[in-house]
Amino acid sequence: MAIRTKSYKQIMLKIKNLHAIVEGKEILKGINLEVAPGEIHAIMGPNGSGKSTLASVLAGNPKYEVTRGNITFKGKDLLEMAPEERACEGLFLSFQYPVEIPGVSMVNFTRASINAQRKYRGEAPISASEFLRMMRDKRELLGMDSQLVTRSVNEGFSGGEKKKNEIFQMAMLNPLLSILDETDSGLDIDALRVVAEGVNRLHTQENATILITHYQRLLEYIKPHQVHVLYNGKIVKSGSPELALELERRGYDWLVNP
Amino acid sequence: MIEKQYITLFEQYREEVDKHSAEGMNRLRGAALEAFKRTGFPTSQQEEYRHSNIAHAFDADLGLNLRNIPVKVSPYDAFKCNVPNLNTYLCFLVNDRYYGKLVQGDPLPEGVFVGGLRVFADKYPELFEAHYGKIADYTGNGTVAYNTLFTQDGLVVYVPKNVSVEKPLQLINILRGGVDLNVNRRNLIIAEENARVKLLVCDHAVDDVHFVVTQVTEIAAEASAQVDLYELEENSTKVTRLNNLFCEQQERSVVHVTGITLHNGFTRNNYRFKLLGEHADVHAGGLAICDKKQHVDNFVFVDHVVPKGTSNQLFKTVLQEEATGVFRGSILVEKDAQQTLAYQVNRNLVMSDKARMFAQPQLEIYADDVKCSHGLTTGHLDEEARFYMQARGISAEEAQLMLMVAFTRDVVDMVRIPALQERLVHLIDKRFRGEFTRCGNCEVCK
Repeated sequence: MAIRTKSYKQIMLKIKNLHAIVEGKEILKGINLEVAPGEIHAIMGPNGSGKSTLASVLAGNPKYEVTRGNITFKGKDLLEMAPEERACEGLFLSFQYPVEIPGVSMVNFTRASINAQRKYRGEAPISASEFLRMMRDKRELLGMDSQLVTRSVNEGFSGGEKKKNEIFQMAMLNPLLSILDETDSGLDIDALRVVAEGVNRLHTQENATILITHYQRLLEYIKPHQVHVLYNGKIVKSGSPELALELERRGYDWLVNP
Repeated sequence: MIEKQYITLFEQYREEVDKHSAEGMNRLRGAALEAFKRTGFPTSQQEEYRHSNIAHAFDADLGLNLRNIPVKVSPYDAFKCNVPNLNTYLCFLVNDRYYGKLVQGDPLPEGVFVGGLRVFADKYPELFEAHYGKIADYTGNGTVAYNTLFTQDGLVVYVPKNVSVEKPLQLINILRGGVDLNVNRRNLIIAEENARVKLLVCDHAVDDVHFVVTQVTEIAAEASAQVDLYELEENSTKVTRLNNLFCEQQERSVVHVTGITLHNGFTRNNYRFKLLGEHADVHAGGLAICDKKQHVDNFVFVDHVVPKGTSNQLFKTVLQEEATGVFRGSILVEKDAQQTLAYQVNRNLVMSDKARMFAQPQLEIYADDVKCSHGLTTGHLDEEARFYMQARGISAEEAQLMLMVAFTRDVVDMVRIPALQERLVHLIDKRFRGEFTRCGNCEVCK
């Protein structure tokens, strides 16, 4: 397998033998994964293989329970941290199903998020003018309607608008590690291009991205460094981007039943 | 029977009561006494009061200021309102007496009366006679009969035909006393044809004694009149508030009533709306935020008597710790009230295992061409929303707070005074943060 060697220092996220259960059922059965700054990883796999569970566990969703293994993020024990601490440390999850929050405006929500993270880092709250400028810039980056940011969080947004909104928040928060959980689903081809362009423009040598996706389609717009295949709670194959093309051609069967 | 001692008290002091009151008010006392003797205070034996025993509040040894002894207070100095910078015509009731003139602002539009009930009764005897005690039916409700028996003063707002009072009026009810006290106040709002008025009422208890307050408000909204009444309660836990609002609406009148219980002891709000003219429109809103052992019982009754009326109820409750909430909302669509639109929504958030909510919607529809609906939910905070917020870096506590404030938002949106809306959001946020346990900025009760 073509896994590059990395020194310990370079590794941002290290997942070791991760097992997790939800409602008594084991979904993750020993995941191993390392992500270094500057990298984009794609995780593919059939329905029910555990892709979204992995994303939820990384973000700290209390519905999932880790039974074995460990995760370090920037050398710290991620599983010890509350979800908000993980976010403040620079981990971001773009939700597969973004949640509607009636009564909380996008403006208040975004400002509260930014200021919570700034406070964590010991920084002063963002100034009104800087915040407004940032909102405008990032909104334009994603071609979002100015009306959207004045509404309640995700309330009445279309599927595509919700996904754009996730990437908008990612742009506002500037995370170190972004996990995009099926961000491509529910997007038409134009929206997909805009979202992918946004992700590409936010990518630097300091941050990293994990793309969780069903289809190869997204990988035409965002080029991963590595592709992993998740099946039945384990990574069964890792490889170069060509692996995604092969999956598109041959499906998953040849990996599962060699 | 607890009623007996109050009946004896009244019979003994009837002269004193009458002496410090208006003739028109005294005329109803005989009938009110008969009604009270018959009904007594409501008890939990009665279906509509199952969760709120009113009689119990009167068990205590309560004083009544029947001789109209002035209460030492200068509300202008003592009181810093929680709703400042709101450009209003300001006035005060101290216990059950109208305190005095408006303290600020331009003169009221010509013909408008804002002042004490006693003064109004003498000055406008015909208007008084036509409305006082006519809208608030004291024969069927012991609390209203009791209030009619003992009340000596209150606030009157009278807006003549075609007059519009642009600036909101603000009444501040102050409770003061050195001993446990029973206060019986009475408000009358008359909006003649095409008149417009908005009134904000703030309730504050200043002293740390028990107060049992009965309040009866009568609203007459004549054809095409628009009346807004917003009540904000910020009482101490030692206050029992027994509120009865009666509203009669004529053709094309629009009435907005929203009651917000920010802090209280024991509260029962009865809201009764009667749509007597076609195309009458009423919006009734309520929000109760309770913790400790606070109790709020909101009772709403909308009576569609004639066709083409619309009514809209939105009541919400947030309960923490060991608080109790009650909601009972009724819609009655009478036989002739075709093409009625009547809606009711009740949502309750229960934040603790020890808090209890009792909710009961009730629809009685006797006409066939109507649109009515009701929705009721009682539940916990949305865990998914909280996790979503945490995943953005917002702490669990802060996320919970933001969600609780958000829950109250649509009731606040019913208040048609933008500056007041803003202030309410701020006060609600403060309330959930536990930053005031009594009445906010009030200097007297630090």
